[in-house]
Amino acid sequence: MALVERETLALPSGASPGVAIEPLGVLARPHTKTGWRSWVSTVDHKKIGIMYGAAALMFFIVGGLEAMLIRIQLAQPNGTVLSADVYNQVYTMHGVTMVFLVIMPMAAAFANYLLPLQIGARDVAFPRLNALSFWMFLGGGLFFNTAWFVGGGGADCGWFCYAPNSGVVFSPTHGVDFYAVGLQIAGAASLIGAVNLIVTVLNMRAPGMTLFRMPVFTWMQLVVQFLLLFSLPVITVALFLLTFDRSFGANFFNISQGADPLLWQHLFWIFGHPEVYILILPSFGIVSEIIPTMSRKPIYGYPFMVFSGIAIGFMGWGVWAHHMFASGIGPISVAAFSLSTMFIAVPTGVKILNWMATMWGGKITFNTPMLFSAGLVAMFTIGGLSGVTHSVAPADTQQTDTYYIVAHFHYVLFGGALLGLFAGMYFWWPKAFGLMLNDRLGKVHFWLMLVGFNLTFGPMHILGLQGMSRRIQTYQPSDGFTFWNRVATFGVFWIATGMLVFLYNIYSSWSSWKKAGRPNPGADPWDARSLEWSIPSPTPEHNFDVVPEIHAQDDFWHRKYGEDEKGRAVRIAATEDVVQKGDATDVHLPSPSFYPLILASALPIIGYGVIFNRLIAIPGAVLFLFGLYGWAFEPATEPDDHAGDGGHGAHGGGDHDGAALAAPSTEEAHVG
Amino acid sequence: MAETLTASAEGGHAAHDDHGHETNTGITNEKLGMWLFLGSECLLFGGLISTFLLYKKKLDTFPGFENTTIVRLGRNVYDIPFTSVSSFVLLMSSLTMVLAVSALTRDDQRRMRTWLLATVFLGATFLAGQVYEFTAFVKEGLGFTTNIFSSAFYTLTGFHGAHVLIGIIILMTMFARSLQGKLRARNAETLEIAGLYWHFVDVVWVVIFVVVYLIK
Repeated sequence: MALVERETLALPSGASPGVAIEPLGVLARPHTKTGWRSWVSTVDHKKIGIMYGAAALMFFIVGGLEAMLIRIQLAQPNGTVLSADVYNQVYTMHGVTMVFLVIMPMAAAFANYLLPLQIGARDVAFPRLNALSFWMFLGGGLFFNTAWFVGGGGADCGWFCYAPNSGVVFSPTHGVDFYAVGLQIAGAASLIGAVNLIVTVLNMRAPGMTLFRMPVFTWMQLVVQFLLLFSLPVITVALFLLTFDRSFGANFFNISQGADPLLWQHLFWIFGHPEVYILILPSFGIVSEIIPTMSRKPIYGYPFMVFSGIAIGFMGWGVWAHHMFASGIGPISVAAFSLSTMFIAVPTGVKILNWMATMWGGKITFNTPMLFSAGLVAMFTIGGLSGVTHSVAPADTQQTDTYYIVAHFHYVLFGGALLGLFAGMYFWWPKAFGLMLNDRLGKVHFWLMLVGFNLTFGPMHILGLQGMSRRIQTYQPSDGFTFWNRVATFGVFWIATGMLVFLYNIYSSWSSWKKAGRPNPGADPWDARSLEWSIPSPTPEHNFDVVPEIHAQDDFWHRKYGEDEKGRAVRIAATEDVVQKGDATDVHLPSPSFYPLILASALPIIGYGVIFNRLIAIPGAVLFLFGLYGWAFEPATEPDDHAGDGGHGAHGGGDHDGAALAAPSTEEAHVG
Repeated sequence: MAETLTASAEGGHAAHDDHGHETNTGITNEKLGMWLFLGSECLLFGGLISTFLLYKKKLDTFPGFENTTIVRLGRNVYDIPFTSVSSFVLLMSSLTMVLAVSALTRDDQRRMRTWLLATVFLGATFLAGQVYEFTAFVKEGLGFTTNIFSSAFYTLTGFHGAHVLIGIIILMTMFARSLQGKLRARNAETLEIAGLYWHFVDVVWVVIFVVVYLIK
């Protein structure tokens, strides 16, 4: 498979695309470049990135509505909107959706779209596996949400689903089964994506693009993919054990048989803490791109930025038990994990200071992406500081399972990760779609979000310290929680309004752009620094006409600007002269394929089989094998694409067949 | 037909070498991807082995369960000589795998197919041994759901067995491809990558055999 990808880097002369081609696989090779077929069969990292983003936004709306239900229920004492049972389901589904189906795929959207562009590659290393990752994530996410309709209700064990609450005794509906199988599928998707993106970054950089010339975003995503690679198998084990317990009568979490409930906690958090950095580091990368651009300064302390990211990646493995201080893990463990948790704040602090130093003395433009980025720096600092208070174990035992924890992780995940992702959307929207989002509406969106966010989650610090339990379905007037709960519920409507403004902004920016005759924002609307801005907007299908040669960090910037004798930046070339035209016509790209979708759609069917009736799994397994072998024997690129290039054409088919075989074995082994 | 294929294979081989240098690391994408995946697999088996060790110890100390039939079952069902032989068989399959890859780099199709079949046969023998062992255990009363130890035992060894099975399917697919004349010296790396997976599964068994069967 990769041979093909490597060949696409070259620009051999070849047959023009779109020639009628004899199908080699069982299914006819899809050829359309527009319409729904071009989307479901695409292997283009850009289209896959956009689909990741769209799916994540859809799940964000679902998870957001669940959040609003929670807040409406808690708006007043003795709330009756949700029963205790439904309340358990709603907060569980909200948490799982936001973590696994919103922030992770949204970050994957940026990773997919941008990593190849930022390192100067034509696509990812394994384009079909990339499509498979997306379809598996979507299938897993939809499967998980069908629990509402066919599972007798959603999962009701909290997002970390502690044993024995997750057992059949305490959770007799199928919700937890959907949790276990759905996350298994989504997790396998992320694992495949991680292998793919690591290989891409390590192997497919343009000439001169050394590791330490890569943009910080690429670096942070590389760290994230390594974290995914090594943490996902651990949750895979945990979810398998849970499924075996619930569906096959195993005893892993059967307390009456002497099982240890802490086993789940350890397995979950060994995954779960790296997961925290998996969620935040992509946003750190995004703002590390935006802040230098909008401050018109290079990032301050690039090596510190990179190494602090790597340090977070390593240290993230040594802090998991700080989630378990109240579980009775013993004084030595508590002391050790307390210390390591305090230490991990250091590299994060380095990042905060570096962003501020980047802004310091810069010519800052406070447009929407910059506002969201600054919002991240401020809000994440609050969340980070409340996080440090958890590392103090005696304090943590007071805070565990209170609203103080809820406040903390919403400050880092909403105030951190999500604000960063919105910043990225405003920043790269012109690159992906060829139109700018309205800046005025964007600012309205930002301020509504920021104020609403602080109104919602700020009071939770106070509620938590007052002793309000996390996940409690309601409270009494005598508890004294009423006022701040009202404020929090008031705030959530600000956030919802902000989201409506964002959605309206997408629509109105698009329609006014269309009315204005589809003006092109140009390759480089922000006067930015990294390679993706050196090609036209929207990105042409083949990315780069000519693979760029890299001579420095922020190479594209240095092509536009030099230094005068006082060290100030002076323009040395017009942007139009240094950007590529995007008019290359004879670039070979990996051919689209239906097999990723077919393979991915088999997995939820097998999932239903495991949960309901083994017979349902049979058509799923048949579909799976069909997809697998169809994939393996379908060349990644049609041999005819090499016509006119004898040597390549002759050996092309065989190579692709063989190489393609190795690829599906990867996910087969995992899923199996 | 065969002649043209060989000729183009040689041309392709040179091109292939060039491609190898085109990646930044000098390692092809497929091979790097497989190494990364195997790194991930270490954590998968690490989690399963930890679970097994925890529950092996736990069963002995569970109040009220000391010296009950179930605990004795958990400890005494192993047939070490039998499992040693099947472990040896699996380890030997790594040798035949290496010989198959080596034969393919010389484009010696006949030997390559022989060693490939030998590898499949040895792997299948190991699997058959595992099936026999599981059946014997169940007959003695140690089922998957019997206790925490048995759940952990069957899950760990079963996961390994599933990996062997997947390896066998991959190797048989390779064999079928070679019969079609599509597995040539120029794509020896494909077989080498399949071999990496196979060796990994063997190495994991060494750990599992020590941890599960040999450590008291």
